Amino acid sequence: MLRLFKKILQTGVVTEAYKAPKDNELENLGIQIKRHIDKKFSGSIAIRQVDAGSCNGCELEIHALNNPYYDIERFGIHFVASPRHADVLLVTGPVSRHMQTALLRTYEATPDPKWVVAVGDCAACGGEFGVSYASCGAVSNVIPVDMVIAGCPPTPLALMKGLLGLINK
Amino acid sequence: MSTSNWTTDLLTQLNSAEFFIVPALQRHNAAIAAGSLGNQGDDKTVLWQIESKHWQQFSQYAIEQNLRWVAGWAEHAETQFIVNACFEKEGIYLLLRTQINADKPELPSQATVYPAANRSERHTQDMFGIHFTGHPDNRRWTRHKAWDKHSYPLRKDFYAQGEPEAITPPDMDYPFVKAYGQGVYEIPVGPVHAGIIEPGHFRFLAVGELILNLEERLGYVHKGIEKIAEGRTPESLARLAGRISGDTTVGHCWAACRAMEQAAGIEIPPRAALIRGILAERERVANHLGDMGAICNDVAFVFAQMQFTRLRELWLRTHAIVFGHRLLMDRIVPGGVICDVSEDSCTLIKQDIVQLRKELSDIMPAIDLNSSLEDRLYTAGYLPPETAAAFGTLGYVGRASGLNFDVRRDAPYPPYDQASFIVALEDQGDIASRFWVRYKEIKAALKLIEQFIAQLAAGDLIAEWQIPLVGSEGLGIVEGWRGEIATYVRFDAGNKIARFYPRDPSILNWPALEKLTLNNIVPDFPVCNKSLNGSYSGNDL
Repeated sequence: MLRLFKKILQTGVVTEAYKAPKDNELENLGIQIKRHIDKKFSGSIAIRQVDAGSCNGCELEIHALNNPYYDIERFGIHFVASPRHADVLLVTGPVSRHMQTALLRTYEATPDPKWVVAVGDCAACGGEFGVSYASCGAVSNVIPVDMVIAGCPPTPLALMKGLLGLINK
Repeated sequence: MSTSNWTTDLLTQLNSAEFFIVPALQRHNAAIAAGSLGNQGDDKTVLWQIESKHWQQFSQYAIEQNLRWVAGWAEHAETQFIVNACFEKEGIYLLLRTQINADKPELPSQATVYPAANRSERHTQDMFGIHFTGHPDNRRWTRHKAWDKHSYPLRKDFYAQGEPEAITPPDMDYPFVKAYGQGVYEIPVGPVHAGIIEPGHFRFLAVGELILNLEERLGYVHKGIEKIAEGRTPESLARLAGRISGDTTVGHCWAACRAMEQAAGIEIPPRAALIRGILAERERVANHLGDMGAICNDVAFVFAQMQFTRLRELWLRTHAIVFGHRLLMDRIVPGGVICDVSEDSCTLIKQDIVQLRKELSDIMPAIDLNSSLEDRLYTAGYLPPETAAAFGTLGYVGRASGLNFDVRRDAPYPPYDQASFIVALEDQGDIASRFWVRYKEIKAALKLIEQFIAQLAAGDLIAEWQIPLVGSEGLGIVEGWRGEIATYVRFDAGNKIARFYPRDPSILNWPALEKLTLNNIVPDFPVCNKSLNGSYSGNDL
């Protein structure tokens, strides 16, 4: 147990300790996001992430938003387990035909007002997979999309910027 | 001539049983294939052709000889189907091939002998309409409702666009295994899960909290990868392969490129091989770090999750600095690599390794002495060695249940043929074993990266591409971070792909999850699942 506490103390808070330009940018960005969220959503937005056919690359980078460096939750952006608790659907992948109904039902289960963010090149335009017997291509071919965060996959910083763009709309 | 190994003995045995076999030595014969399978003159891959009526019988001989079932796939060629099954023993791969008539596509099932072949044959059944007679479970697998029961996407007369309905209905009537009795109930989970993970469906039969049975229903992220690969150029196929499973982008891209390079008969420059090795080992470390954190997180041990995600983030930032992509996508191309590693980069990579070792030497003892973690991870999700072997499980899942196999050591390819390392092994088969085997693999990977950097000599990064002859084929086998990846490629005219089949290790590991969760409690399912961490996308294709 002592080793554990020692490591925690040694590690410190990496989120704030970083002074590299990139992380300053991150800090500014996050603070901006927080101001917008405060104004429109009383300090928080709830995101339901839906993988509608992705290769899992986008999921890895979305996961990274929760690591101690980005710690997106400190800005009031958090991920929830059910679409019924969500303000935003973060949808990745070309929509596989086998996931089409599941995505539609998830969309219907999300209460209004809601936003849909298509994450990654596949979600934006079909990417490497396009439209085929097995794939519906872009998310916008299945449900209305409010904004797109491109990239294969988008970096955590790009995801943060994207969310800011959404709130600016 | 092939050296005296088990293939010679098996061949003698089969000949005395009056099998008609065209052995590997005739692989250059135009009657079999215009190109060559396998590679620069080694005997690591042999190709045997047999009559279809002996297909199942062969597998009985194979299992008696302890051959491991590796992969199975088919191909449509005008009036017939070519069906392949790949086996391995002692690092030598045997590709078994037969032809069946397209008018009456039937083949005796090998799944009766090899449980590992089960889902693969169901996939072939759905995609080609080949009926595997005697198959123990011929329910549909990859097909849900996106295409009709009587159309088969990988046949040549099926267009990639298909004829889909505007809205594909849900697959409601899949006949799951049922159980009846007092107190037995079902829990359906998915395809949309609670976390940030890929979609799939799990059907639990439970009594109280105890799992009586678990059935997986995958195929939700089927994107038609095999179909849309047809007609692509080598570069384009490499890009697609890099997106079979986002966490294994290096592994799949390497396997696909190896297969294409074999078909084209080119050898990659030594510097390119070493850089590929560095990329693959860095990918392994990144994923293991993520998994180790996630396993701890699934038993609510957040300290480890925070530490490991922190280390993973630092590791990925170096990927971005040195290689230009956080997940290392599209760094490997047919013929070599597109990214060089400068002197400065080597220094940075070496510093990274020193730093990571130091961090882990702090964290691992803290974890090892933690009783709550021990309580949850030891004996949970037990996968017995026999079960692991029967399903042909691979990578850390197999190695945590004592299966001592690693392509890098047992069928080495450049740069691993010039490297020395110890294959991580555990034998308890529980979640703790799968956790610790990952840690051992990280340590081995760090040593490998150091060896590769030390061996880096000036040289080309990419070999000139040779357009392969029509029908040239290759089987690219590499050890991805999840385990052995076996990728088959056949070329058409004009440098175009005719057939692409990537066998992700998940295809063989997923069935093991159904077994290792038995008699565990439902709340332990997430950690059981994470300890195996199969790829949904790599499985569904």
